[in-house]
Amino acid sequence: MAAMIEVAGLAKRFGAIQAVDGISLEVKKGEVLGFLGPNGAGKSTTMKMITGFLEPDAGTARVCGFDIQKNPIEAKRHFGYMPEGAPSYQEMTPLGFFGFIAGVRGFSGQEADDRIKIASKRTQLESVMYQPIDTLSRGYKRRVGLAAALLHDPDVLILDEPTDGLDPNQKHEVRTLIQEMAPNKAIIISTHILEEVDAVCSRAIIIARGRIVADGTPGELEARSATHNTVSITATAETLAQLQEPVSSLNKIMRVDIDGNRLIAVPAAGADALDDVRALVRQKGVSVQDIRLERGRLEDVFRAVTTGQSAGNQSAGGAR
Amino acid sequence: MSTAMTLFRREFLSYFVTPVAYVFIVIFLALLGAMTFFLGGFFSRGQADLAPFFAFHSWLYLLLIPAVSMRLWSDERKTGTIELLLTLPISPTTAVLAKFFAAWAFAAVALALTFPIWITVNYLGNPDNGVIVAGYVGSLVMGGAFLAIGSCFSTASKNQVIAFVLAVMVSLIFTVAGTPLVLEFISGWAPQAAIDLVASLSFIANFDAISKGVLDLVNLVYFASVIVLFLFINVVLVNTLKAR
Repeated sequence: MAAMIEVAGLAKRFGAIQAVDGISLEVKKGEVLGFLGPNGAGKSTTMKMITGFLEPDAGTARVCGFDIQKNPIEAKRHFGYMPEGAPSYQEMTPLGFFGFIAGVRGFSGQEADDRIKIASKRTQLESVMYQPIDTLSRGYKRRVGLAAALLHDPDVLILDEPTDGLDPNQKHEVRTLIQEMAPNKAIIISTHILEEVDAVCSRAIIIARGRIVADGTPGELEARSATHNTVSITATAETLAQLQEPVSSLNKIMRVDIDGNRLIAVPAAGADALDDVRALVRQKGVSVQDIRLERGRLEDVFRAVTTGQSAGNQSAGGAR
Repeated sequence: MSTAMTLFRREFLSYFVTPVAYVFIVIFLALLGAMTFFLGGFFSRGQADLAPFFAFHSWLYLLLIPAVSMRLWSDERKTGTIELLLTLPISPTTAVLAKFFAAWAFAAVALALTFPIWITVNYLGNPDNGVIVAGYVGSLVMGGAFLAIGSCFSTASKNQVIAFVLAVMVSLIFTVAGTPLVLEFISGWAPQAAIDLVASLSFIANFDAISKGVLDLVNLVYFASVIVLFLFINVVLVNTLKAR
């Protein structure tokens, strides 16, 4: 299946700052791509170029096969875009604003009404449809922007920080909404909330200083973490001291670290040491609070790749 | 087409959502009335025409029209909605035209509300209504030229005050080009052709010609050219926002 978003070699310079430096990516139908990166990494600039708000210095972006620079109107029909901060016309009511968006998108009469109804229901805005947008809370404003992007049920959705400023319940609702829509669309969301990537994304790209520094499924990225696949035991300090020697002598275990009331057993590459460690603890007859296999933390990978070190280097440094 | 109409409608109605429209219309009508009766001597002249009424339009527009146009683009830039607008399937040219015509329609509403003076002059005497119609047409077209300049400079800044001041400055140059102030200044050294050229670029001179009842094509073409020129620059400015 052809990719619905194709980006090749996008670059943009603002004065002395190279904001985006050769970003290429593809998003297929059914994929939710999480765009991760520290503030100022170039996430928003890349999205602005994909959606045609900024002209790239180099490179191309195509949405559903339409080049955003050569065929902007056709490309813009195929995506819904929520810019950073979800701007909307503050003096309008959500109903008036959606009516405007529907009209611009070429819907009128009953069809426009139906689409507005569906979009406002999906984003749970029905209770505020007649209040001017500038009187609404931040969470509502964000959802007004989201509903405007969804209104024409586009094949491609590009959302710049869709859950920023929402409370935990609203975040959950927006994530559920994205998951519901995911099978039929290609979606890009930018975020700096790492749990969001786990919750909704099928793929994540980490960018730093305008370049892609990591690209993979959330699981693959977690596997790059120094703590990936380690077995951790939580227990009292005395118990851990008792366990340290036997655990480190297990075949599959390379090294053991103790950190407060946690013992971290680092296995040899690729080995699954959980069962062995469990068996050992049972055999010793000591009581522990918890034994588990760590998946690795996206946060560690994020910090490692965006501060210029690779996750592998960091773990090597820890061994010394 | 429906896209352009939707944008036109939104822009036009947005004037009336806030008190801006009503404040503008009241001030416009009050100032115009005051100027017509006190400065223009509408009654004391003893003539049944609207010359004292039309005489002040260019000066009033110089200050008030940039106030109508200043928010057109700078407000979108300031609130970030320009990013929403320009990523909708609307070409920059369509957006510029829709916004311009919305502002022009609003100015037309304000101008139309001066109708009591037309009724008054018809009640008091027998004016040449053809001349009055020409005056209204000329005033509307001149208002369009002021608006095109204002819309263009509204794109130049995120700040509405800067947009307003720039628009007033450039409009002032066009307004005073034909007045003795400018013509006497250059007549000492410039060749006659240059003096004629500068005089012919004046909003006042072109408007006076129309409002005297001479609906000459030349004057209408002049205002149309100013509108087209500044809207073209406006489209170019909107496009350069993308490449910045």
